[in-house]
Amino acid sequence: MNIIVCIKQVPDAKDVRLDPETNTLAREGVQSIMNPYDQHALEEAVSLREQLGGKVTVLTMGPPQAEEILKQAISCGADKGVLVSDRAFAGADTWATSYTLAKAVEKIGDFDLILCGKQAIDGDTAQVGPGLAIRLDIPFVTCIQNIREASESELVMERMMDDGYDVVAVSCPVLLTVVKDLNTPRVPSLKGKMKAKKAEFTVLSAEDIGADAACIGLAGSPTQVVDVFPPKPRGGRAILNGSMEEQIEQLVEKLAVYL
Amino acid sequence: MDYFLSEEQHMIVEIAQQLTDERIIPNRAELDEKDEFPREILKSMAQADLFGVPIPEEYGGFGGGCLDIVLALEQLGRGCIGIGTAFAASALGVYPIIIAGSEELKKKYLPPVAEGKYFAAFGLTEANAGSDASGIQTTAVLDGDEWVLNGTKQWITNGGEAEIYTVIAITDKSKGARGASIFVVEAGDPGFTCGPKEKKMGIRASSTTELIFKDCRIPQDRLVGRKGTGFITVMKTLDSSRPGIAALGLGIGQACVDEAAAYAKQRVQFGKPIISFQAIQHILADMAIQLEASRALVYAAAKHIDAHPKDMSKVSSMCKVMATDMAMKVSVDAVQVMGGYGYMREYPVEKMMRDAKILQIYEGTNQVQRNVIGQELNKEYSRK
Ligand SMILES: Cc1cc2nc3c(=O)[nH]c(=O)nc-3n(C[C@H](O)[C@H](O)[C@H](O)COP(=O)(O)OP(=O)(O)OC[C@H]3O[C@@H](n4cnc5c(N)ncnc54)[C@H](O)[C@@H]3O)c2cc1C
Repeated sequence: MNIIVCIKQVPDAKDVRLDPETNTLAREGVQSIMNPYDQHALEEAVSLREQLGGKVTVLTMGPPQAEEILKQAISCGADKGVLVSDRAFAGADTWATSYTLAKAVEKIGDFDLILCGKQAIDGDTAQVGPGLAIRLDIPFVTCIQNIREASESELVMERMMDDGYDVVAVSCPVLLTVVKDLNTPRVPSLKGKMKAKKAEFTVLSAEDIGADAACIGLAGSPTQVVDVFPPKPRGGRAILNGSMEEQIEQLVEKLAVYL
Repeated sequence: MDYFLSEEQHMIVEIAQQLTDERIIPNRAELDEKDEFPREILKSMAQADLFGVPIPEEYGGFGGGCLDIVLALEQLGRGCIGIGTAFAASALGVYPIIIAGSEELKKKYLPPVAEGKYFAAFGLTEANAGSDASGIQTTAVLDGDEWVLNGTKQWITNGGEAEIYTVIAITDKSKGARGASIFVVEAGDPGFTCGPKEKKMGIRASSTTELIFKDCRIPQDRLVGRKGTGFITVMKTLDSSRPGIAALGLGIGQACVDEAAAYAKQRVQFGKPIISFQAIQHILADMAIQLEASRALVYAAAKHIDAHPKDMSKVSSMCKVMATDMAMKVSVDAVQVMGGYGYMREYPVEKMMRDAKILQIYEGTNQVQRNVIGQELNKEYSRK
C-alpha cells in the first residue's frame, strides 16, 4: 500500500504567546514541532506499511526549515520526503493550501491512501484534509480513531463522533484525517535517525507542480485576516461560604451593587 | 559538562531520553506499585533499536561499545532502574554468546535479540553460590548428543519473561574453576521451568525468579565456547557489563539532583524557599559533586574498556563501586532535602531510594568489587 502523509510544521503549543503590541503570534524563539495530529497519521502509515508493504511518503508545504519535520518523519519510519516550497506560496489560506497540496500529490502520483491529522494546532481549521480530497476527487473520512481492517482496496474503520463512533467502510484511494486515539506515535529509532541524517528530499516549486499563480499564496486565498486579538478575560468568580441563609445574604449584597 | 560524544552517541542519548521522558516516567509509579513487568515499554525500546546497540553489526545490531550502552542505561536509569535492569540483564544474557559463542549460535540468537524479538537473561547465582560463584551446583552432563541440566538458579532477572537464558553449569566437578561451562537454554526446553516472581524492596518492574532444571535436555551445540571455559567467559562478561550498572547509578543520581533541587526551589519555610538555606545548598552541592565525579569515572572506564585492554577488571569494578555508592547516598539525601514529602509515594524519590540499594548488591556486591580492586593493587605492587 502506497501512502502519502501530509504533515505541517507548527509552533510548539507549550511555547505560544501573543505579541502584546501586534496581537499576532510571537514566533521569535518559539520551538517548531511536527503538528501532533500528523504524528499519529505518520504512525498509522508506518504501521500499515509494516503490515502490507508499500511505501510511505511524507509531504509538507512550508519554508526550507520545514525539512526538519521531514527528517523527523524519516527517523520515525517514513521512506521518502517531499517539500513543497516557494516564496509564491506564502500567505496561503486553507483554500490555496489544499490546491497546492493537490498539485503536489498529482506530481507524486501513485497512492492508495492519504493520511492527514484532523487539524493543525496553529490554525485549528480542520479544512485542509477534506479540501485536498475534494480537489483530488477522492472520498474522505474525518476523525478516524481506529482502523479495523486494511487492504490495498478497502479500509474498515471507526470515525469518532460526539456520542460514540461510526463504523465506515471505504474503497481506496481515500483520504483520512485522524485523531489522537488512533495510536501512540513511536519514538525515533537509531536506524531511522541515521537514515534521516543522510536523507535528501525532493523540493518542488510552484513551477514544478504546475501551479496556477492565481490559485496559490496570498493571491489565491479568499480568506483575509482582518484582526487577531485575544478574547476579553472573563469576569472574576466568587465562592460563597457559610450556611444557606448566610450565602443568600451575601449573594443579595453582591447583586445589590448592580441595581 | 561536555564529554565530546560522537554524533551517534548523541543519537543514542536522544532516543533513550525520549523513551524515558515519554514512556517510562509517566508509568513507573504504577509498574512499581503493581510489580508489573514493562512489556509495552520494552517493545517501544526494541522498536527504537536500543536492543541492537550491543550486538555486532554482522548480526543485525549496531556494534556499539561499552560507552554506548552506558549512555542508554544512564537515561533509562533516570526514569526507572527496574526497567533499566530488565534491559541491562538482557544485554548481560547475550554477552557470553557475543564473547565466546560459535558462529551458529551467534547467527541463531543475536539477530532476534537485536530486533527485540527475543529477550535474554543470565543465570549464574544459586542459593549457595552468591559472591562465591565457584560454589554453583547446577550440573550439565552429555548424554548422547544432548546435554542434560539439573539444578536451580536463584534471583535471575528476566526469569519467566526471557526467551533465551545463558546458564552456567558444572561440566566437570574435579576441575574446580575450570570445570564450568555456559549453555543457551530456551524458554520451552523440556525440563526447564521458572519459579514464581520474587517480592522485592525495589526495582519491582523487573522480574526476578528461579530457573529450575529437572533433566532439562538441550542439543549439544548449545554449549557456548569450549567446555570448561565458563568462568573465564563469565568474568569477561561481567567486566564489560559492570559499567552499565554504574550507569544506572548515574541515572538515579541525576534524577535525585533534579528532583531535590527543583523541590528546594519551590518549598517555602520560614518565609523563604528552602534552597536559600546554606544547609540545604550544601547537601545539593555534595550530591552534584559526587554525581559529576562518578559520571567522569564511568565514562572514562567505559572508553578504556572499549579499547579492549587486558586490564579491564580493576577500572570496571572501580566505576561500579563509585557510581552505585553515590546513587545510594544521593537518593537518601534527596529524600532528606524533601522531608516528609520525599518519604511519600506521591513523589518519586522514595522509589529511587528503595531502588538504589540493589545497585550495591547485584553483579557482584560492592565489597566483592573492592576485593577485586585490592587484589589487582596487590598484584601490581608485588611486581614493582
Ligand atoms: C534483584 C536481584 C537480581 C539479580 N539478578 C541476577 C541475575 O540476573 N543473574 C544472576 O546470576 N544473579 C543475579 N542476582 C544475584 C546477585 O548477583 C547476588 O545476590 C550477588 O552476587 C550477591 O550474592 P548473595 O546475595 O548470595 O550475597 P552473599 O555472597 O551471601 O554476600 C552477603 C554479604 O557478604 C559479603 N561478602 C561475601 N563474600 C565476601 C568477601 N569475600 N569479602 C567481603 N565481603 C563478602 C557481601 O558483600 C554481602 O555484603 C540478583 C540478585 C538480586 C537481589
